[in-house]
This record gives sequence, C-alpha cells and structure tokens, in this order.
Amino acid sequence: MRELGILLTEFGRLAGLREIGLMLLGISVVYLECLLTALLSVMPELMSGECLSDHLCLCKERAPLRESEIEWKNHWEEQSKNEPKQMIVLEWLFLTIAPCDAAEPWQLGSQDAATPMMQGIIDLHHDIFFFLILILVFVSRILVRALWHFHYKKNPIPQRIVHGTTIEILRTIFPSIIPMFIAIPSFALLYSMDEVVVDPAITIKAIGHQWYRTYEYSDYNSSDEQSLTFDSYTIPEDDLELGQSRLLEVDNRVVVPAQTHLRIIVTSADVLHSWAVPSLGVKCDAVPGRLNQTSILVQREGVYYGQCSEICGTNHAFMPIVVEAVSRKDYGSRVSNQLIPQTNQIAEA
Amino acid sequence: MQVEEVKTAPIDMRFPGANQARHCYTRYLEYHKCIEAKGKGVPECEKFARYYRSLCPLEWIERWNEQRELGIFPGPV
Repeated sequence: MRELGILLTEFGRLAGLREIGLMLLGISVVYLECLLTALLSVMPELMSGECLSDHLCLCKERAPLRESEIEWKNHWEEQSKNEPKQMIVLEWLFLTIAPCDAAEPWQLGSQDAATPMMQGIIDLHHDIFFFLILILVFVSRILVRALWHFHYKKNPIPQRIVHGTTIEILRTIFPSIIPMFIAIPSFALLYSMDEVVVDPAITIKAIGHQWYRTYEYSDYNSSDEQSLTFDSYTIPEDDLELGQSRLLEVDNRVVVPAQTHLRIIVTSADVLHSWAVPSLGVKCDAVPGRLNQTSILVQREGVYYGQCSEICGTNHAFMPIVVEAVSRKDYGSRVSNQLIPQTNQIAEA
Repeated sequence: MQVEEVKTAPIDMRFPGANQARHCYTRYLEYHKCIEAKGKGVPECEKFARYYRSLCPLEWIERWNEQRELGIFPGPV
C-alpha cells in the first residue's frame, strides 16, 4: 500500500492539472472538428458537389487572378445574376467553404463523401482520431514533465521505484481497452462492406490500359459485338480550358446514375492499374486476368475525380478517372445521346 | 438499344468474393451448354447471354469465341 501511495504521488506530480487541461484541449479540438463536419453534412446545399470546372474553388482564390480569369469571373457573375437570390447566397457560401470532389492543393483532410462507404470511413477516422489525441497529449505531457523535472541539478537524487503491481496492471488493462473501442466501429464498417443488400442495377466495366481507360456498359447488348464502349484519355495540359484541373480531366467521363446500386468490374488489359475515386471511397486494383468487383451507391449528383493508384509505367500519373453522377431520369438520355455516339466514333475509327 | 428497364447480372452466391472472373466464365459456359441443349434464340439461354456480356470484358469474349471457332477452347464446351 505504501508503494502504491508513493507511486500515486509520483504519478500525480507528473500528471497534474496542466496535463488534464491539455487533454481537454485536445478533446475539444476533435469535438469541434466533428461538429463542423456534422453541420456541413446537415446542410445539403453546401454539399452540392459541383466540380472544379464549374466554379471557382478555394484553391483559385489564393493566387491573384490573371486577366483572362478576371474576364471569366465577370462572365460567371453576370450569369449568376439571373439566378434567384437564395441560390446566390448558397453558392457564395459554397465558394467560401468550397468542398470539391477533387484533391485541393495542400489539402489535409478527406474529400467530401458521396457514398455511404466513404461517409463510414470518415466517421471511423473521427472515432479513432479522438483516442489518438487522448493518447498523444497524455504521453507527450508525461514525457515532457519527466524530462523537465529530472534534471541533474534540480533533482540530484532521483526516485528508484522499480515495481508497483497495481499500477502495472492498470497501465496494461487500460490501453488494451482503448483498441476495443476502436475495433467496434472498425469491424462494423468492414463487415458492412460485404453485406449483400440489393442486386446492382447496372454493371460497368473499367478496364485499365497503358495509359488510358476503357469503359464498357454491356447491359444493353443484344449480341456479342454491340457494346457501349469508349476510351477515356486524360486531357493534356496544353489543351485544358479555364477552370479545369491539370492531371484530373478526361475527354470521356464515366456517366452513372445517382441513387442507384452499381457494380463496377475492374480489370486490366496489360499491367496492374488501380481504379480509385476518393470521394466515392473506392480503390480497386485492376489485375490482368481478374475481374475485381466493387459495389457503390453514389448518393448525390456531381463530378468525382480520382487517379490511377498502382504504378503502371511512364504515364502512371496521366490516366485519371472522372465519374459523373447524373439523375436517373437524365441517365437514359445521356447514354443514348452521348455515350452511344462516342462508341460509334470509336467503332468507325 | 433499350436503355430504360434493363437488369444486369444478379449477385451470384456461388461467387461471393471480389474476383468475379469465375462468375463470368461460368455464365459463358452455361450459355453455350444451354445452346447445345436447347438451340439458339431460346429465351432461357438469352438470359445467360446477357449475364456473361454484362460481366465479361469484350476482349475475353472475343478471345473465347475465336478459340471455340478454332476448336482450341480449353473449357467443357
């Protein structure tokens, strides 16, 4: 008991009121972050998911505008005068906060979620981050205090406590409970991925080549030959229009219906590639000889960007993915008006 | 091509994992076995045809069709 008393006194000296204050600070930082995210997700207008090419994003506001950009901005502002006032306010809010479904320069956090899977990943990240901050602040505070107080001049005779059964048991049990709290949401998310809920409505094949992608929509075939197929090449930097993102734009986007269960079959025709779209929470390796299936449900319309995520040669950085989610009503007309002529163009070429 | 009410290949619990290559291959074999048994143009066989066309890349289908024509297809068809 005496030893326990000595131990607790020493522990109290290391982990004083200051330490608790710092821990509370850490907790409040994480709490504020969660609160902000919750607020943003509750306001659907802000999560309209417009792509970089339609609006000036936060990244554009940092650099001073060039003359051509000022011209374009004026043109855009003129157009927006025709909109009702509500939309302007919402768009202005959107501009200042600017969630984009593409990576921003110096971005620290995740891109905004557009599927339940990605939202689950972000929520899990927040759960784990809470415990991470707790442990980080606690351990670093003890470390700093130990280094600070056990100076050879200030404390020439150090304590020589070697054992302390009770505290050793506590400091083993307590850290093993923390991973249990982390594991609960983690396993819940992991197993929810495998749950088969609904048959997919559409199957889209994404085939990787060096160094472009081919998309096949074969649900509409009546024979082996007729297939809605098109290639998706990146737009080179010289051909970019104002507002488009370098290394992220493609000529033919993958058009998918929103609010629909999709099955994406990812494969490759030559070497390993990977089909990754962070906003949709999907990253699926394209292995030649394998048809990797991934299931997504895009919850909101928008344009989502991603990049090849498995080294595949010289132009590995130049074969991005752009998924455009449109409403179910528009999907039919998009496919017949846009994708079928694209297929015919390729067939003729 | 009809775009509106089309169903795609359903989830087949014989192939629960991520790799659906076996699923695609099995549907292809099922179609051709059905054709051999019942003849072309039968609606039940067309169902299998739609399934394998949804799942299999065009490259694979073309290669298998070629192999069948040359008599070198490695499967039981």
